Parts: sequence; C-alpha cells; structure tokens
Amino acid sequence: MELHPHKLWHFHGGLHLPAHKELSTQLPLLPAPLPAPLPARIVLPLQQHIGEPTQVLVKPGDQVLKGQLIAEAKDYVCAPIHASTSGTVIEVSEQRVPHPSGQRAPCIVIEPDGDDRWTDELPAALPDYHELDGATIRQRARACGIVGLGGAAFPTAVKLNPQHPIDTLILNGAECEPYISCDDTLMRTHAHDILEGLRIIRQATLANTCIIAVEADMPDALISLRNALGGDEVDGIRITSVPTIYPTGGERQLIKVLTGHEVPSDGLPLDIGVLCHNVGTAQAVYQAVAQGKPMLSRIVTVTGGGVKQPRNLEVLLGTPMAELIAACGGYTDSVERLIMGGPMMGFALESDEVPVIKSTNCILAAAKNEIAKPAPAMPCIRCGECARVCPARLLPQELYWHSMARDLDKTQDYNLFDCIECGCCAYVCPSNIPLVQYYRFAKTEVWAQERDKQASDIARRRHEFRLERLERIKQERAEKHARKKAALKQNKDASGDTGKAAIQAALERVRAKKAATQVQAKNIDNLTEAQRRKIEAVEKRRQEKQQTK
Amino acid sequence: MHFNTLTSPHLAPTSSVAGVMRQVIYALVPGTVAMIWYFGWGVLINLVIGVTVALVTEAIMLYLRKRPIALFLSDFSAVVTAWLLVLALPPLAPWWLITIGVAFSLVIAKHLYGGLGYNPFNPAMAGYVVLLISFPVEMTTWLAPRMLAETQLGFLETLTAVFTGQLPAGISWDAITAATPLDSMRTQLGLNQTIDEIRTSPLWGDFGGKGWEWIGNWFLLGGLWLLYKRVINWRIPVSMLTALFIIASVLYLSDPDTHPLPAFHIFSGGAILGAFFIATDPVSASTTPFGRIIYGASIGLLVFIIRTWGGYPDGVAFAVLLMNMAVPAIDHFTKPRSFGHKSYGD
Ligand code: SF4
Ligand code: SF4
Repeated sequence: MELHPHKLWHFHGGLHLPAHKELSTQLPLLPAPLPAPLPARIVLPLQQHIGEPTQVLVKPGDQVLKGQLIAEAKDYVCAPIHASTSGTVIEVSEQRVPHPSGQRAPCIVIEPDGDDRWTDELPAALPDYHELDGATIRQRARACGIVGLGGAAFPTAVKLNPQHPIDTLILNGAECEPYISCDDTLMRTHAHDILEGLRIIRQATLANTCIIAVEADMPDALISLRNALGGDEVDGIRITSVPTIYPTGGERQLIKVLTGHEVPSDGLPLDIGVLCHNVGTAQAVYQAVAQGKPMLSRIVTVTGGGVKQPRNLEVLLGTPMAELIAACGGYTDSVERLIMGGPMMGFALESDEVPVIKSTNCILAAAKNEIAKPAPAMPCIRCGECARVCPARLLPQELYWHSMARDLDKTQDYNLFDCIECGCCAYVCPSNIPLVQYYRFAKTEVWAQERDKQASDIARRRHEFRLERLERIKQERAEKHARKKAALKQNKDASGDTGKAAIQAALERVRAKKAATQVQAKNIDNLTEAQRRKIEAVEKRRQEKQQTK
Repeated sequence: MHFNTLTSPHLAPTSSVAGVMRQVIYALVPGTVAMIWYFGWGVLINLVIGVTVALVTEAIMLYLRKRPIALFLSDFSAVVTAWLLVLALPPLAPWWLITIGVAFSLVIAKHLYGGLGYNPFNPAMAGYVVLLISFPVEMTTWLAPRMLAETQLGFLETLTAVFTGQLPAGISWDAITAATPLDSMRTQLGLNQTIDEIRTSPLWGDFGGKGWEWIGNWFLLGGLWLLYKRVINWRIPVSMLTALFIIASVLYLSDPDTHPLPAFHIFSGGAILGAFFIATDPVSASTTPFGRIIYGASIGLLVFIIRTWGGYPDGVAFAVLLMNMAVPAIDHFTKPRSFGHKSYGD
C-alpha cells in the first residue's frame, strides 16, 4: 500500500458536534490514587476485555499486594487482572459491573489496607526495548493485562501479533466524541511515554510508517507531542492533525482519513496493512515493557453538567464510580443520567456503585438540558438526512424500515452489520426515531437466529453421524459376511471377487444415503414456519453469494 | 445513586418534523405574497379555506385512525399539503373546489395509505390532478395578473365570488380572466404562429408571462433559503431544472420558431414551485443520492414532454405523480456503495 505523505481524505457523512471538552480540561489531571483515603472497596471484574474470561487465583481472606496477579489468562484472547492496590480479598462473587445489560458479573472484591504496597514479583523493567524481539514484547503486554484503551478493550497482545506485514501503524488520538478528554489529557501530560510506547509497538510489529492522529481541536496535545518528538515528522513517526468531525476517531474512519483506503467490510485493518492502537494503549505498553508495570490504573474523564468540578483523574481500576464523583465535588442538582463513555455511543448506567474498569474512558454525569428528553417518535418521512450523515454510507431509513418489519434478511441486504452504532443518524432524524436501538435489536435477532441455526446444524450433524455409524456397522457386517462367504467360496473355487463387490456396493449405498441426508435432513422441526422460511431464504442467499464470489 | 437508563445516542436530536414543515411554510411566504399581489385577494382567501379544511380533515382522520391528534396536527404537514395545492389552483377557485381537493389529498392520498410518511404519492399533486380531471373548466379559469387585468376585485367582491360564484354587477368573467402563459403559448402554437409573433402580445415579460415570472423569482428565493437551511437537498431541484433547461434548449436551438426560450419553461407554470417545494416532498421522492438526481431529471424531462406534446398545459403534477410511482425501483437500483464494500451488494 502506498502512503501519500501529507494528504488527508474524507469519509462520507459525519457530524460537527459541540465538543464540550473545555468542561473537563480546566482543572489539571489528578494523579492516582485519589487524595482521599483509598476507596473502601476495590471491585475487579474477571472480565474487563473482549474475549474469554480470566481464571481466579485468589480466594476470600487472601492478602494481596499491589500489582499481584489475581486472575490469570488461560485463553489466547484474554487479559489477566492484577490487584490495583494492596489489601485483603473479601469476596469473589457476582457484583454490579458497568455493562449495557445492567447484569451482574463475577468480580474479585478487595478491601484496601491503605498502604498501597507493591508486590516484589513484578516483571523486570526492560528499558532497552530496541533489543527486544516481537515475542518478548507481546508476552510482556499479555502478562501485564494490557487491553485497547480506546473503548473496545481488546487484548493488545493479540493485536501485536499481526498475521500480515504492517505498513502503517496508527496511534489514535482523535477523541471525537463530545465531552471525553482523557486521551487529550494523556497526550498533554505523558507525550514521552506515548512515543516510547509507539516505538515499542513498532518494534513488535515491524511497521514502516507511524502516524499519530490528533484532532484539530486539541492544540495543546499536538504541541506536547511535537515537543516530545522534536518535530512533526521524525524518525518515521509523523504527527498529524485531523479534522474534528464525529466519528473520525472510529478506527475505520480514521484509517480512511489518514490513508485514503477503506478497510473491507468483512476484513480487518490488517488486511490493508494497517494497525491501529489508542494513545492510552501505547502508554500502557510503555509502562509494561520499560517499567515492568501491569495495568493498574487509567485516566478517566469525569464530566458533564451533572457534576460540580469536572476534570480528568488517574484512577485505580476497581474504584467505584461514586468515589470519582465525590472527588469531583459531587453531583449538581440537575444531574439526570449517568453515562459511561460519550453522549453518542456511551451507555447509561443504572447506578454509580459500579467500578472503573479498563475500558472506562469517561463518566458523563449529564444534566437535564444536555441530553434528549424522551419524546414520541414520528413516522419516518424519508428525508434521507440519516443517509447523508451515515459514516458507513448505509441507508439508515431502509435499515429502520426492515428492522421494524423484522425482515432480517433485508436488513442484511442493506449491510446492517456495517453499522458502527455511531448514532449520527438518530441525532439528525427529524422524526426522533431511536434508529440505533432498532439496529441493535435487529443485530441481536440475527445473532439469535444464527445460534438457532447453529444448534440445528449441530443436531443435523449428529443425525448424520448416527446414520453414518449405522451404515458403517451394516457395512462391516456385510464385509464380514462377504469375507466368510468368500472364504467358503475360496474353499470351493479359490475366487475372491464377490467380497470386493459387496464392499463396493455397501460404500455406494453409504454415499447415496449421505447425499440424500445432506439435502433433506435439517433439524428445523421445532422452529415456526416463518422462522424456517427465513432461515431457508438466508441459506439460499448465502449459497448464491458464495456462487457469485 | 440510581439513574434511569436510556440507550445511546443521548444527545437531543437537532430537528423535528414540525420544524421542517414550518421552514417550508416560511419559504413559501414570499412567493405566496407575490401571488396575492399579482392575482388579488382570491389567493389569500383560498389559502385560508384550504388550511382550515386541511386541519379539520386531518383531525377527523387522525381521530378515526386512533392516532394522537395533537401530536400529528402540530407537525404542520397537512398545512403544507393544503398550501401547495391552493397555490396551484386558480385565484378565484370556488370554495367547494378547494374543499374537495384538500379533502381528497388528505383522506385518500395520505391517510388511506397510512398517513404521514407512508403515502407513495405527493398528496397535494394527487388532489390537484383529481380536480383537473374532474373540473377542467373551473381549474383553467385563471385570472390575469394585475398589470394586464382591466379591473381588480376588492376583498369582499372576491369573497362573494369564491363562495357564490357571482361577480359584482358590471364585471364579466372575461374582463378579469386570462389564459396562463403556458396555456396561451400552446394555443397560439397550435394556430401555427411563430414564437416571435406570439411574444409580441402584451402578455409577455422578459422570460415568461408578465407577473408570473416574478412569482417564480420569489418562490426561487424561498427555495434557495431552504437549500441554505439544508431543509431540502440540492439534488432534486437542480437536476429537475437542469434537465428541463437542457431539453428546452436543445429543441429551441433546433427550431426557435416553434419552441419557446428555455427560460420560458423555467419561469412559467409550476416549474420553480415544483422543483423546490413539490418534487422535494421527502415522503414521496427518492431518498438515495443518485436516485434523487434521476428522479429530479426525469421530472424535468416529463414536464417538458407533457407541456410540449401532452394534452395539458402544465405537466408538473403529472410528472411528479408518474415519478412517484418509479421511486421504489429508483431507490432499489441506486443504493450507495457502503463503506468497505467494493460495490453495492458486495
Ligand atoms: S432521518 Fe429519520 S425521518 Fe429522515 S429518512 Fe432517516 S429515519 Fe426517516
Ligand atoms: S448508527 Fe449505524 S446507520 Fe446510523 S449513522 Fe451510524 S453507522 Fe450509520
């Protein structure tokens, strides 16, 4: 892939949103731990990342030290958990966690002893990362529990192990959602660490070019990175300011803006030789490799008209959000909604008694006047505004129509799964239709159907196996019989051909039967007629698609 | 502390259906005032009748369909429909004509199809065409613009005319009516007159008919404001007027004696009103970017074809309705290429 040095591209659609970042950037970053005594409880969910859950290594009553491994990663796509402070494990149980479903999840609860004492079993600091090979860096990132800090929380070690050669390594500092300023803060305060982290990631992935993308409305972050780097483009690293259009910070959108290339819908950035990491992740990688520090804290923006002194804080993982709010002066009277993440893609929390986890970038305590009032939706007037702003260049009005009609097949024809749920469409919709909600619903429905389908596939396969086994037994019997017969015959006239013929015939029968079952036997009896038809239609479409490919 | 949860996005939307419709109404005001100025009180009286009938009909239909009346009445969509229909009616149209037209637009063309957002045809144009076919005489009795009329009716006289069909003593229909420019253009062409001969008549202004061309300008102003406000998208009006202009130019250049100037087509009849206010009705128009170009350009072509070779003087209403029928097909074949896909359907 050829990189055009300083040109920037556009993606379709997007929005200019009021940024409200100044709200939380007036006060300086508050370093961890909070100046107040440590929180009374630290709650660490066993799963703070995308992938498989971790395995608990401690039990209630155990003393743990800061940085100690308390839940290990057995699977490949997994990130271990470390105690973020020293204290006693008081519970390993289901606790409220920040999740859109509002469900509880298994957590380790630690009662801090207040000493914040480090373990002496930390991995060694490796300041000379230039000497390191990719495997060592990956192992270190994995051992230290690093996950993507841009919000997705995908285990970083997996992303440091690219299956394709990397051409362009992008550090995403384009924090495009309103209100959130944790990356901005990090870039202003820890530019050196970010650059070192970038170099380590480059070392691990052997990327040619590195680009750090910063939004145009973060001049201070830009200056501080520039100072740390010693210019705009030094030693294969370029700092680029990208236009402030929501959602420029979306991975695929940012790649388009910087390289002009679109990541294929069914592919990964890797497929076009690009790797994208968040600036916070780079810093965490730096700390893990050069300082041997596992991931114990992160910067969180606490902001919105619902909190008295919005600011950025460095917070120990597991700290209850209520403590952060308290550290920011408490709620104002007009607080209405508590959102983890930004106002466009974040999800509303039921309670502030949930812990900060690795993916908590922002806690938005929104005041009444900052968020939408629940209002009735009107019918779609087909104005096409949604399509004008959709960064995935979909036709949201058609997606809405078919989601509403539960025509899942059609929603996929209109590329439902390319929707990044950015909310641009709903924001501009004059009919006030909760469009994104419909798309989420349709996606879950499709997944559920796929699961049903998978279950029926498994049942079908089981059925086929059984048929095959029965046939095999039959065949074996026939063979035995034939052999016996042949032996008898051999005894008579020493000719062994019939046995072979019998085996041949039996094999033929198996084949014929197998072909027949493949066409018919689908275990879809327990589905309704409509579901069955839909599955059949989807199946057909898939086959057609495969044929045309 | 506990909070209510609602799903993202959390920011309040920036526009509303009522807001959109209100802006359309504002944009119609300059052209409407111009019409009142050139054609007298009849336009205003018609408008009041039309809007009143629209609100009552809409309320009844919402009640019958068990829909929230206040919510939907206050979206102003019925007002816009009535307003557009009234602008297309002759200034002294009798009250019952307006009532039938508006009622048809809303009951049949809108609510029987499922109400706001579901109507495949532009309701105002559906109402207009039904009136044109059913009451051709009333629908083609146009007034002369003020500079050409022998006399002008006062407010009360107009009111009487609208409600009783009686003109004041001493004034004949002939004295106040005149053919529309499009109408007279086609009649005269039918009499084998050349364009130059036709244009010697006092009826004509710089591009189109006197008075009419100015009304067109005021609607254009409103339309441009809607574009500026991003209430409408440029694709449909631009492609419609461009297509109309190009085909009119081609024929004008090929035979200037029998084909009027392209500007005449743009500034006569409902071309500008149609381009900015009628063809852009979101519900019945194409919604894909390229589809809108096809939709608009096809309307422009059809308008020209109907005006030149069809049986009716103006073709905007027919062209819009015909293309309304084509919208599902247009939308289907002009889906944009989604991000990360090589082509549509990939
Ligand atoms: S913005 Fe809303 S009303 Fe307009 S087309 Fe999209 S869904 Fe329909
Ligand atoms: S939420 Fe989905 S459909 Fe809506 S604008 Fe974003 S990507 Fe497009």
